[in-house]
Amino acid sequence: MAEAVDYRYVGTSPVRPDGVDKVTGRAQFGADQNLPNMLHGSVLRSPHAHARIKSVDVSKALAMDGVHAAVSGADFPSVQSGEVGGEGGGDVADIAKNVMARDKALYHGHAVAAVAATSVEIAERALDAIEVEYEPLPPVLDVVEAMAPDATLLDDNCFTKNLPEKPDKPSNIASVMVLARGDLDAGFEQADVVVEGEYRIPMAHQGYIEPHACTATVNEEGKATVWCCTQGHFEFRAMTSKILNWKIGDLKFIASEIGGGFGGKTVVYLEPVAVLLSKHAGRPVKMVMSREEVFRATGPTSGSVCRVKIGAQNDGKITAAKAWLAYEAGAFAGAPVMPGAMSIFAPYEIENFLVEGHDVLVNKPKVAAYRAPGAPQAMHAFEVALDDIARQIGMDPLDLRMVNAADEGTQAPYGPKFPAIGFKACIEAAKKHPNYTKPVPEGAGRGVAAGFWFNIGMQSSAEVRINEDGTVIVMEGNPDIGGSRASMGLMAAETLGVPYEQVKTYIGDTESTGFCNVTGGSRTTFATGLAVVQACEDIIAQCKSRAAATWGMDDDQVEWQDGQAVPAPGVNADVSPLSLADIAASAPKTGGPILGRASLNAQGAGASFSVNFGDLKVDPETGAVEVLSFTGIQDAGKAIHPAFVEGQMQGGAAQGLGWALNEEYIYDADGVMENAGFLDYRVPVASDLPMIDTQIVEVPNPSHPYGVRGVGETPIVAPLAVASNAVRDATGVRINDLPLSPPRILAALSND
Amino acid sequence: MSKMHIRTTINGDQVDFLGSPQQSLLDALRDEVGKLGTKEGCGTGDCGACSVIVDGRLVCSCLMLAAEAEGAEITTIEGIAEGDGLHPIQEKFLEHAALQCGVCTPGFIVATKALLDRNPDPDERTIRYWLAGNLCRCTGYDKIVRAVQDAAQELAHEA
Repeated sequence: MAEAVDYRYVGTSPVRPDGVDKVTGRAQFGADQNLPNMLHGSVLRSPHAHARIKSVDVSKALAMDGVHAAVSGADFPSVQSGEVGGEGGGDVADIAKNVMARDKALYHGHAVAAVAATSVEIAERALDAIEVEYEPLPPVLDVVEAMAPDATLLDDNCFTKNLPEKPDKPSNIASVMVLARGDLDAGFEQADVVVEGEYRIPMAHQGYIEPHACTATVNEEGKATVWCCTQGHFEFRAMTSKILNWKIGDLKFIASEIGGGFGGKTVVYLEPVAVLLSKHAGRPVKMVMSREEVFRATGPTSGSVCRVKIGAQNDGKITAAKAWLAYEAGAFAGAPVMPGAMSIFAPYEIENFLVEGHDVLVNKPKVAAYRAPGAPQAMHAFEVALDDIARQIGMDPLDLRMVNAADEGTQAPYGPKFPAIGFKACIEAAKKHPNYTKPVPEGAGRGVAAGFWFNIGMQSSAEVRINEDGTVIVMEGNPDIGGSRASMGLMAAETLGVPYEQVKTYIGDTESTGFCNVTGGSRTTFATGLAVVQACEDIIAQCKSRAAATWGMDDDQVEWQDGQAVPAPGVNADVSPLSLADIAASAPKTGGPILGRASLNAQGAGASFSVNFGDLKVDPETGAVEVLSFTGIQDAGKAIHPAFVEGQMQGGAAQGLGWALNEEYIYDADGVMENAGFLDYRVPVASDLPMIDTQIVEVPNPSHPYGVRGVGETPIVAPLAVASNAVRDATGVRINDLPLSPPRILAALSND
Repeated sequence: MSKMHIRTTINGDQVDFLGSPQQSLLDALRDEVGKLGTKEGCGTGDCGACSVIVDGRLVCSCLMLAAEAEGAEITTIEGIAEGDGLHPIQEKFLEHAALQCGVCTPGFIVATKALLDRNPDPDERTIRYWLAGNLCRCTGYDKIVRAVQDAAQELAHEA
């Protein structure tokens, strides 16, 4: 483990560089881009959850005054199967059919056609003039029923992947996966107690406040420029290129400020449509989704059914664990069941386990990544069953987790051995936390659970430029979704040894900076941060070389200390140190402008663990749950900007509690979502929550110069089981399913 | 459909614009007047991203017709800062890291201004209920509530 180091800038929480623009209304988000001569695009969406599309005729819409373009599936090329980009986008051939339906509409709200007109009102009237002939089919809505051999099929060409042999019949099960180790039967035989349960969680939405939006303009040379809110403009460019069969070099993507994403803005919906409409119309086209469209047609996360069986000894040692997971993919393959299966046992050292996962097609929107995709559902089931084990053997739930906790050297269930990790440190911190040592308030219950996320590295680029006065420009390509510009600036300041205020960080477009994978997987501060640090080291090497030339020394006779070039120890020279500003001022004489760069495919992201607990109170009259207190404890490796790390922990806790207590996609029998608005899909509001206490644990990641681990995703994982376990503690009744909404709680209490 | 002439005062300036009869105040502010700091999150009055102050009252501008703003005094996020400096509410949102993505922030700052104008010393519960009409999906509200508490103290100190 790296030694604790005192840093000057890393570990402080200064104001973010984009802050003033964001508190004054100046910051430009996705819907804020307007161009001269611009048209407005709207999408016609399927009124059926499942239907064959027999014909689409846009001619009457196109003939209307003010309508300048209309497209449907027939206007898009067919797309080769293949993966694009980072987190959970899925197969680009599927994304293409999700962007615009071809022969089938696979969910209520699936895009079927689109128009561009001189106003939003005319565009919407034009949608009514589009003639679509549908042959409605029965919708497949339940994940378990969808798996039955005689179920209605969404895709006649879907043959379950990863089976020993290709099946002879198609199925709604897109793929299966298995992870196993040890001898399950022998493990259960050693158990003193066995807990078994089935846990259901419905679909939930990321709920970013900014709806998807983009503006595209195609010029007479066939070159497109697209402004959009995205977590990864390079990947949006790649997807749009594949979906339209355009050259990447003919597409320029500019990321606006992004009003939340949580994984949901890692995949295109509007952008290829806007480009095609603009190409047809010869004018810029702006498209903005309504909130209802966001709910009906953009990425929720999977609804799930998880069956878990755990065996343990009376001393708490888990002897065997088995899990069966079925995740709704929505209309196209790609549920995050693999990461669910890989994460379910990850915090623990378990000798005998088996987990089977199923990626299942249903007539609901195609799921997209949502904060630690796949982990909350599976880990909820396991952490709830573990809570029941603790009750049965009469053990403190933190002690039970400590007995089984993974540590440095533990072989993760998904393969590799963990390097230094912070799970035990989180448990220890929880055990000592004043919120844990104090008694549970009268009438409330306390729930405890662990969280985990892998974190990822992937590709990043960064450039660092030194201005003539020694101030610093950092240019990178990851949309700043929660303050990452500040973190980049802090790491650059620390590495170069210059004040944070002298560093400005910018997010470049696809043509002004090098390739970066998405802002996702909790990778930005880790991987792009690594690129920024390396680009600063490039600057330092150049500055040392210039100082050496100025002083008539060899490069290795110069060191970089506190932002200055100085003679190395033992080098006898009567020279004054040269600061970055000094070297910048004399740059014309020492080789010209100073420009550093780095590009990399980052390895060793460093797994992130958490322990959360909370005190919740249930009103037996109404079934309403009140969160009295909530505490998040998480290993950040090293918190570059602690206030923003806390913010990730608090925000993830709120999302997890919302999912646990209220949020769900409610469908009628025809597959129509009944609560497609913020009034009925109720995310937590300020009066629903208390202050959320945080404690950052720092076990440095050996693969990052400052020890960074990603922190963004882990916080959503544990709150689901914290809520379930606290409600169990408060009421004496175990409710396996989520959300713990008032009707479900009242029903459970009245059955008891 | 022919447009209507509407005269308002926005952030202290007389502003005339042409709006269609069915146009919301939000759309008029964004599309006719160029006040893009006011955001649309839902269009149904559930998220508060479009909060503005009209004649002293906090409203969701998506729920009000532009035509209803005839003769009204409107404060948008662009009118919160004073002179060449930030308003203390804005300063405190930055100091407390009370924004992550920032898209809800204009609405929260306008709503906070409306709160502190009428109640300079709100307790935590009052703040949470007053701001319950503004959705933030990033922060869990903790740092927002602290920023509002601190801004109230700062303003009381200045007064």
